[in-house]
Amino acid sequence: MNLAFFIDALITVVGVTTPILLAATGELVVEKSGVLNLGLEGMMLIGAVTGFAVTLNYGPDLGDWAPWFGVLAAALAGAASSMLFAVLVLTLGSNQVATGLALAIFGIGLSSLIGAGYVGMIVPSFDSVFPDRLASDPLWRVVFSYSPLVYFALIMVFAVGWFLNRTRAGLILRAVGENDLSAHSIGYPVIAIRYAAIAFGGALAGIGGAYFSMVITPMWAEQMTAGRGWIALALVVFSGWRAGRLLAGAYFFGVLMTLELYAKASGFSFLPSQFWAAMPYIAAVVALAVISAREVAGSEAPACLGRPFLPNS
Amino acid sequence: MALITRRNLMKTAAAGLTLPALARSGLAAEPLKVGFVYLGAIGDYGWTWSHEQGRKALDAALKGQVVTSYVENVKEDASAVPVMKDLAQQGNKLIFTTSYGYMDQTLEAAKQFPAVKWEHCTGYKRADNVGTYNSRFYQGRAVTGTIAGMMSKSGVIGFVGSFKIPEVVMGVNAFTLAAQAVNPKITTKLVMIDTWFDPAKEAAAAETLANLGCDVIAQHVDSPAVLQVCEKRKIYGFGYGADMSRFAPKAHLTASLDLWGPYYIERAKAMLDGSWKSDDIWWGFKEGLLGMAPYSKTVPDNVRAAADKIVADTKAGTYEVFTGPISDQTGKERVAKGQRMPDKELLVMDWYVKGIQS
Repeated sequence: MNLAFFIDALITVVGVTTPILLAATGELVVEKSGVLNLGLEGMMLIGAVTGFAVTLNYGPDLGDWAPWFGVLAAALAGAASSMLFAVLVLTLGSNQVATGLALAIFGIGLSSLIGAGYVGMIVPSFDSVFPDRLASDPLWRVVFSYSPLVYFALIMVFAVGWFLNRTRAGLILRAVGENDLSAHSIGYPVIAIRYAAIAFGGALAGIGGAYFSMVITPMWAEQMTAGRGWIALALVVFSGWRAGRLLAGAYFFGVLMTLELYAKASGFSFLPSQFWAAMPYIAAVVALAVISAREVAGSEAPACLGRPFLPNS
Repeated sequence: MALITRRNLMKTAAAGLTLPALARSGLAAEPLKVGFVYLGAIGDYGWTWSHEQGRKALDAALKGQVVTSYVENVKEDASAVPVMKDLAQQGNKLIFTTSYGYMDQTLEAAKQFPAVKWEHCTGYKRADNVGTYNSRFYQGRAVTGTIAGMMSKSGVIGFVGSFKIPEVVMGVNAFTLAAQAVNPKITTKLVMIDTWFDPAKEAAAAETLANLGCDVIAQHVDSPAVLQVCEKRKIYGFGYGADMSRFAPKAHLTASLDLWGPYYIERAKAMLDGSWKSDDIWWGFKEGLLGMAPYSKTVPDNVRAAADKIVADTKAGTYEVFTGPISDQTGKERVAKGQRMPDKELLVMDWYVKGIQS
């Protein structure tokens, strides 16, 4: 047990946490606008396969830029798939829960279909953004050794927190989520704002997915996100729709999962392995209980969450 | 939705395959149609890929006498039954269902198509027209364990497993016993991740093992994530089931290969000469169901020789990794000196050998 040990462990935690944090940050904005998009898992997978395919196909031409191009493509693909959902729920007024679940299933199927030809291939990953001297320094690697997407995820969660709480545009977005009719009656384009929020959520989910296929394991495998989209969804609720708590919650989950692995590898067999696997979920239940005991349950959720908005009907 | 679409595509493809065969049928006896049900994608460079290689070997060996087709990405749930029935309706007389999770589905489909012969991989439920087949995967673990024991500098090796089931327990035990045979000080750190497939968790587990000092890590999970981490951390790993060197050119020392071809060929021949009977086989190196991928350049000559010797002695029957004395984690002797563990005990193995930390 020394410093290097903790630094190693922390680096693992960051790797586990980042994709969940990215997807959850996007979903936070979507839900704040009053829309519940349960399709995260599907959008992440579409992002994962697109990012991988673009990096692989254009890699030889783009060289070092290929992964960046891949991530951009993943963001666009995630946003495009979220637009399918947006048209259905915003323009056609379909049920958000059912449509979101459909998007999740659709994304799983579509990504498998697109990815069928890419199974068994690998892509080059990002080079370190910082000079090697810093990235492999025994101490400073704890700050400088990550993929660019890790820093991007942290910047995004702070940017979203700032946007929602400190900007006028953020205030309008929250107003749309709290009371769509009032926002509409004073002239804000409710539907357009929700379209934008859903596209943003889709883009971040796509990047979160690309983190799996381009950073953690630079390869494509069907359903490689393995349910992280659902965890990201739970995290938004767990955070009480606040960016700061979202960040803390995501890292809390990452720490618990890494702790489970360390406990097993170190031979702490006095607890059954199923207990460790259940730990993040037990912790989530406890945290939710604490939160709801302290505040009136549901008071933090955007008031219009999940409700269709059809002013002309 | 996509599954159904793909299945239909496969049907069309299968129909396309049979057309030339029908055209030929006037010249020769009608070829035997053989169907395969696959769990994953044929390009997974793992479990399904190795079965696909077996199918191709069958095609090549009995050219003109068999026509084969397959359905990939078949889930291990009730949806597998219609896939199996489809294959039977298309005229396949011998159908291989290549995953443990197809056990009850195979029996159900077999009941409805009694004239079709079914072969279920790694299962234990049989019927008059359902046989089972399995491979002694642990024999390959003895080879990779020997290499790990000789290549590890720290004396600590790692293993990322899925669930504590006999199949995985046999693997980690064989790996550890073989490593201890060449270096008695070896300990194995074992992480069971409670899933077969979660690349991010597999990678995190491998990172954790590397952080805890493991310098060779084996895996019994479905993705090559562990190897990719080994590559990044400049330590060593092994492919499992198939050569996975493409995922980790430097880290990949070798791989135990699942070679299903010899079995598929034998069973198709049995169908052709009418001698097919439901049976239960457990083959290994000797029968050609296991093989080793080429060693990487990093593996020194003496290690190669030791590994080759394990393979040769296993084939000759003079080496069996589960030969006593074997003690469990608590130090209690489970197998007496000189005794070999009988198959029926191996198949229910639920304890780890001494030197495994889990």
